[in-house]
Amino acid sequence: MGIIRARKLGFDYYRYDENGRIQEASHAVRSVDLDIEAGQFTAVLGRNGSGKSTLAKHMNALLIPTEGVLWVDGMDTCQESELWKIRQKAGMVFQNPDNQIIGTVVEEDVGFGPENMGVPTEDIWKRVDDSLKAVGMTAYRYHSPNKLSGGQKQRVAIAGVMAMRPRCIVLDEPTAMLDPNGRKEVLKALRELNQKEQVTVILITHYMEEVVYADKVFVMDQGELVMQGSPREIFSRVEEMKKCGLDVPQVTMLAHELRKSGLKLPEDILTREELVDALCQLS
Amino acid sequence: MSIELKHVSYRYSPGTVYEMRALEHIDLSIPDGQFIGIIGHTGSGKSTLIQLLNGLLKPSEGQVLYNGEDIWGEGFSRKKLRGQVGQVFQYPEHQLFEMDVLKDVCFGPKNQGLGQAEAEEQARKALEHVGMPKELFGKSPFELSGGQKKRAAIAGVLAMNPRILILDEPAAGLDPGGRDEILSQIAILHRTRKMAIVLVSHSMEDVARYVERIVVLNEGRVAFDDEPRKVFAHYKELERMGLAAPEITYVMHDLKARGLQVDTGAITIEEAKESILKALKGERR
Repeated sequence: MGIIRARKLGFDYYRYDENGRIQEASHAVRSVDLDIEAGQFTAVLGRNGSGKSTLAKHMNALLIPTEGVLWVDGMDTCQESELWKIRQKAGMVFQNPDNQIIGTVVEEDVGFGPENMGVPTEDIWKRVDDSLKAVGMTAYRYHSPNKLSGGQKQRVAIAGVMAMRPRCIVLDEPTAMLDPNGRKEVLKALRELNQKEQVTVILITHYMEEVVYADKVFVMDQGELVMQGSPREIFSRVEEMKKCGLDVPQVTMLAHELRKSGLKLPEDILTREELVDALCQLS
Repeated sequence: MSIELKHVSYRYSPGTVYEMRALEHIDLSIPDGQFIGIIGHTGSGKSTLIQLLNGLLKPSEGQVLYNGEDIWGEGFSRKKLRGQVGQVFQYPEHQLFEMDVLKDVCFGPKNQGLGQAEAEEQARKALEHVGMPKELFGKSPFELSGGQKKRAAIAGVLAMNPRILILDEPAAGLDPGGRDEILSQIAILHRTRKMAIVLVSHSMEDVARYVERIVVLNEGRVAFDDEPRKVFAHYKELERMGLAAPEITYVMHDLKARGLQVDTGAITIEEAKESILKALKGERR
């Protein structure tokens, strides 16, 4: 059974007028069926306003479905009594690291989550050690978060979530504000968490290159889940992706263009190595 | 119309223990009508640099000249300068504040002393130029999507008819479709209004596609200043600075290493495609 499962999930945002009557309803998410397997690296793509952030917020019960059901590790998010348990299972990291860092020292910030959960002090320090190590930030444990780079801040935010020992971690565009190096650092940390600690990663992003190594990709458009599959399957559908306001990795795009010009290249090229190999076989 | 930086240095909190050197001896000139990209890792001094261009920061050393005049000289109107050198910040939501979109865009021209009717005309023109749908003019700017907010913020600056438009990561946080739209709109503005554009970006692919000149900042100094294909030829040095070349450039270098005679200076998909097709044809002959 998947760690995150949704059946006919729907969510409407309402706007009310001064008298409290509904003025406008918008369906942010419509009838989504989804299964995310434990231990997988999952990516969610979709243009702005496609409902992917709304979907993500359901995964740790920041939003409760207005229709259908979403289960986190078998728990229905509509059950208020399960709320804290759900949020410990599924941690969340947002776009702007400055909005989610609260401690004045890195180690304090990372310890905030477990302390809040009532974890015994000794255990908190152990968790802080482990989490900082997992994201490669041990050297900065006594630093002030303010002086860190964007990528480092984001890794501290991830460590803060990891210290709560969640089974899955949901990241809403964690790299949108980072420079290329910062993006690489965060991606590397996520892949290591996924492989070494078997944490389920759910990554929402606009960078197609970040998705190439995912186990599974979901594509949202206009509130609906329109495509799912391996990155190879998804990115071979170049025209459909364009219609969803998305892109494919540059390498895939170049292969697509070359194929249109008559070169016999495979349809599912994803990486630089694959493209170079395929082209060298042609010559 | 041009901006020139002469031996400009900038220090934050000078004379205190927190003193930090952000820029060191920058010489840079931005001529009329050029489309320039500024790249550099976080903390390399990009934001400091663009704030010096329209007098939001005062250099610790050196001079900033606008059409040859020192902008910090006596009698120089920096208020006027800011109408000529417009700046769109990274978070458009911090830049919007009015009741509706049209009023928000009117604020700039009104502040420049235009009457209501004239200001509104400028505002409508600006909104049209950024591709804002008419039915959104009356909406609150806070109800707009991220991409629309960026457009509204850009229009607010455009309405003042600047000669130079500075944009700090206008595409950050936008989806690929929105990113292409806003950047091609900026490219159109560059062509039709003959404005100089200074684009700060973390995306090498975007910079490669649109700009005619790249300035690379590293640790407060100008590391490279040249046309894109020449700058990206230094991809190994760029990597050491925490940057990279577009993915395409790496493909071309790999192909060349494997014996295919391609142009390693190709930085966009179109250029790469042409060069690969040509190289393969040559091989077959």
